[in-house]
Amino acid sequence: MIFLDNLINGLSLGSIYAIIALGYTMVYGIAKMLNFAHGDVIMVGAYIAFCGLQYWGIPPVFAFLLAMVVCTLLGITIEGLAYRPLRQATSLAVLITAIGMSYLLQNIALMIWGANPKSFPTTFINGASLHLGKINISSATLITILVSIVIMVLLTLFTSKTKLGKAMRCVSEDRGAAELMGINVNRTISLTFAIGSALAAIAGILLCSSYPILQPTTGSMPGIKAFTAAVFGGIGSIPGAMLGGVLLGIIEIFGKAYISTELGDAIVFAVLIIVLLFKPAGLLGKPMREKV
Amino acid sequence: MTKAKRKRLIYNLITFGLVIAAFLILQNMIATKSISRSLKGQLVPICSWIVMAVSLNLVIGFSGELSLGHAGFMSIGAYTGAIVSGWLLAAFDMQDTTLRLVLAIVAGGILAGIFGVLIGIPVLRLRGDYLAIVTLAFGEIIRNLVNVLYVGTADGKLQFSFLNKNLPENVTMLVDGAKGAVKIKPISTFTVGFVLIIITLIVVLNLVNSRAGRAIQATRDNRIAAESMGVSVTRYKMMAFVTAAVLAGMAGALYGLNSSTVVPTQFTFNQSINVLVFVVLGGLGNVLGSIISATFLTVLPEVLREFADYRMLVYAVVLILVMIFTNNPTTRAIANRLFAPIKNLFHGKHKESVGGGDAK
Amino acid sequence: MKKLIAMVLALMLALSVCSAFAEEAVTLKIAHIGPTTGAAALYGLATQHGAEIAVDEINAAGGKFTIELINEDDEHNVEKVINAYNAALDAGAQMILGSTTSKPCEAAGAQGYADRVFFLTPSASSTAVIEDKDNVFQVCFTDPNQGSASAQYIADHKLGTKVAVIYNNADVYSTGIRDTFVKKGAELGLEIVSEETFTDETTDFTVQVGKAQEAGAEIVFLPMYYTPASLILKTAADKNYKPIFFGVDGMDGILSVEGFDTSLAEGVMLLTPFVATSEDEKVKSFVAKYQEKFNETPIQFAADAYDGIYILVAAAEKAGITSDMAPEEACDLLIDAMKEIEVTGLTGTMTWDESGAVTKTPMAATIVNGVYVFED
Repeated sequence: MIFLDNLINGLSLGSIYAIIALGYTMVYGIAKMLNFAHGDVIMVGAYIAFCGLQYWGIPPVFAFLLAMVVCTLLGITIEGLAYRPLRQATSLAVLITAIGMSYLLQNIALMIWGANPKSFPTTFINGASLHLGKINISSATLITILVSIVIMVLLTLFTSKTKLGKAMRCVSEDRGAAELMGINVNRTISLTFAIGSALAAIAGILLCSSYPILQPTTGSMPGIKAFTAAVFGGIGSIPGAMLGGVLLGIIEIFGKAYISTELGDAIVFAVLIIVLLFKPAGLLGKPMREKV
Repeated sequence: MTKAKRKRLIYNLITFGLVIAAFLILQNMIATKSISRSLKGQLVPICSWIVMAVSLNLVIGFSGELSLGHAGFMSIGAYTGAIVSGWLLAAFDMQDTTLRLVLAIVAGGILAGIFGVLIGIPVLRLRGDYLAIVTLAFGEIIRNLVNVLYVGTADGKLQFSFLNKNLPENVTMLVDGAKGAVKIKPISTFTVGFVLIIITLIVVLNLVNSRAGRAIQATRDNRIAAESMGVSVTRYKMMAFVTAAVLAGMAGALYGLNSSTVVPTQFTFNQSINVLVFVVLGGLGNVLGSIISATFLTVLPEVLREFADYRMLVYAVVLILVMIFTNNPTTRAIANRLFAPIKNLFHGKHKESVGGGDAK
Repeated sequence: MKKLIAMVLALMLALSVCSAFAEEAVTLKIAHIGPTTGAAALYGLATQHGAEIAVDEINAAGGKFTIELINEDDEHNVEKVINAYNAALDAGAQMILGSTTSKPCEAAGAQGYADRVFFLTPSASSTAVIEDKDNVFQVCFTDPNQGSASAQYIADHKLGTKVAVIYNNADVYSTGIRDTFVKKGAELGLEIVSEETFTDETTDFTVQVGKAQEAGAEIVFLPMYYTPASLILKTAADKNYKPIFFGVDGMDGILSVEGFDTSLAEGVMLLTPFVATSEDEKVKSFVAKYQEKFNETPIQFAADAYDGIYILVAAAEKAGITSDMAPEEACDLLIDAMKEIEVTGLTGTMTWDESGAVTKTPMAATIVNGVYVFED
């Protein structure tokens, strides 16, 4: 029973990592950059939803939509202001800019919302938890898992069936060739940031519904973990991010439950290292081609 | 003497000259008491950060591998330094602080080097961002392990314990789990810090300009070409990685022994990122640049103190703007034209291909 | 004309004689050091704000002392705190109120010990903060004190014998309380059935709570701040697990977290010297002013810092500190004065011995219907 309980908790945590990892991986696939500010977009999304629910008293659905809209705009703005001028620059320069952006978002949040933690209101999902024999599954857990499945299906359909989605895959495959084929690269990259940031807003809401504490640093650690998950699954690969996220969540919970809570994070990272030694491009990543 | 050789010599002379001049000026300021407390207190940390930045530059700038776990080596050095210094004092009653400091720094460097080898073997098999994430993972693992490490001395003998504090009652704790290294007697001095910088510069500049150094840079610029010329890629990358680890360990010992306590949370991923920022801002492969940016960025938040709570915000904005202005083709062209005369004089190596940039 | 000048001179002379008899006005330069940015900003801002309220009160009252407060940010970092400390002294500080958190305070206090600078920390509670340093005093309890008091209370009131402990093993405060709690608990016959840890970055507590539940713990001891505690309470509610949750002073503040569902904290017990909802007149007035100025409810840190300013003033009065006295000179005078004064503040009546630790009585409170109820 305890095993099942842990498995479900791991799935729930992993689903959140997966949604965040999707944002990392899509941006990486297209813009070839590690967007370290992604974790902080999550935090902004959660704060907006919090304000909607707590201060403005708008219905949850609208609060969440608002959070997604704000994050989408934020994502596009960040990309346009900070990353676009560096399109030709080295990946490291972009990485540092992303880190600067992460600091910036955290400090702006500190100024707007203060340092005191907020408790994310979870009453809107006050559906009693599900009891299956001795297992309790909270409604937040159920919703998290369901939402992430829906997102994964939609995203897969979007990238494989729609024109825009195909354009995204095209740009990620070969930016130069895509441009020659008449694809507007800048717009496609903006679109990717928009989708990634909207996902970040959803991830922020789900994260705070399961773990309802909201601070300016809320996004940092889940961000790093999700980044790990994205690499674990093979960075740039959408199914890889999903798989990596879910596995990472399960490993984290099981490591804590059956080995040691003291070494919880060390176990996660150790598993990552071992996997990468045997699969150097991640679980589902394409092996790097060597061109001479 | 070829033109390239002369250029390199001038660059090295300027690097050493500036460091020595800065040291002499600061020493003079200390002697005449015309230095603020605030600046004086930062001198040793600045020395540590300079060594950290220069050593990381060896990995990133010259060897072309993105390492995100450099603070891990620093923490190994800091802890080793604290333990060795505490033990020397307890076991041999060694009162000579400079000797103790030097021994602690050497020990910190050796242990960090051993870890560098252990970590380097698996890490250097990987490429690009995968390598980056594994170094990040190692950094976090080291922090996690140090957090459950307990070390004490009793009757001049070191006692270790892991996960649980199973040490006899009579030990004097040196490392106390989450409480970090405790009751350190601060013995670091600016002079030793300066000497460490000079040693770092000699090691790094000599390595870079040696046969091995050229091999290291060749593996960065084109791994396949280098391999086909018979250069052992792993061996040379390892050489750079371990040298950097040793230097980071030494910097860590200096840093740790400057304070009365050291905690695992000082060496998080964010700290590795900070050093990375020093390196990138100073220019990849540009040693002098690393020195200047490490100094500048350590002092900057202190100078910004009057902005109080806004200073981290200002820091972030400055960081973003600087990155954009130094890397955007348009702004860069303008800057190049402005600084052309100076640039010709310095001319660091501006080869920038990192993170999977090889084999393209 | 000459007469006039003579009269003016005489008047001036008379006035200056008068003022010499009256109390000499003293301006104290106190530096508050705490993390006002970064992950621990919450605590540093609380102490800074609490101190500001006290300073406003004292300056408005216009007594003998006027206070000039210097604020320095240490980012909860052992390296930066030394910079903050040096910057404070460069700015002319005579004594330090800080640092807010334990490890930075330990580092700065040691530097202050070497330089002879007086420290009164509002909230750095580990023993290492005051150990081997005669210049550092605390407003808050030391951690071991809280750990053993909690074990004693649980045993005395027979709340249960099966105890689970969840603590932050990356935090000095949490591990400090846990160590003595476990030791004292064993002496008193409490059975520790499960002991699990977490770190500052932990968001998921399902495993820790699950293990306590599985082990059948009747009491879950939570030596931690209220942020992780609120997550633990939520997780336990999801799991339908209802033991007695027993907290320490860091738990105060949980009821004033914006958006927190206070029904989750129903029945939580804690030992604390300060609660914001107290009926005490002093506390009420402090909370009202704080809410007006900063638009939030003060946590215990703010109360400690508020008391801290009054303690510093009382000690300065006793020690005869003057406006232009150097910190080195003031230090030893203040150390002697601290052992003689008794101050009644928001957090109780306090006295100090030479160790630097405070003596005051904690109160046990239970949360009922979203408010604290005290036991006598």
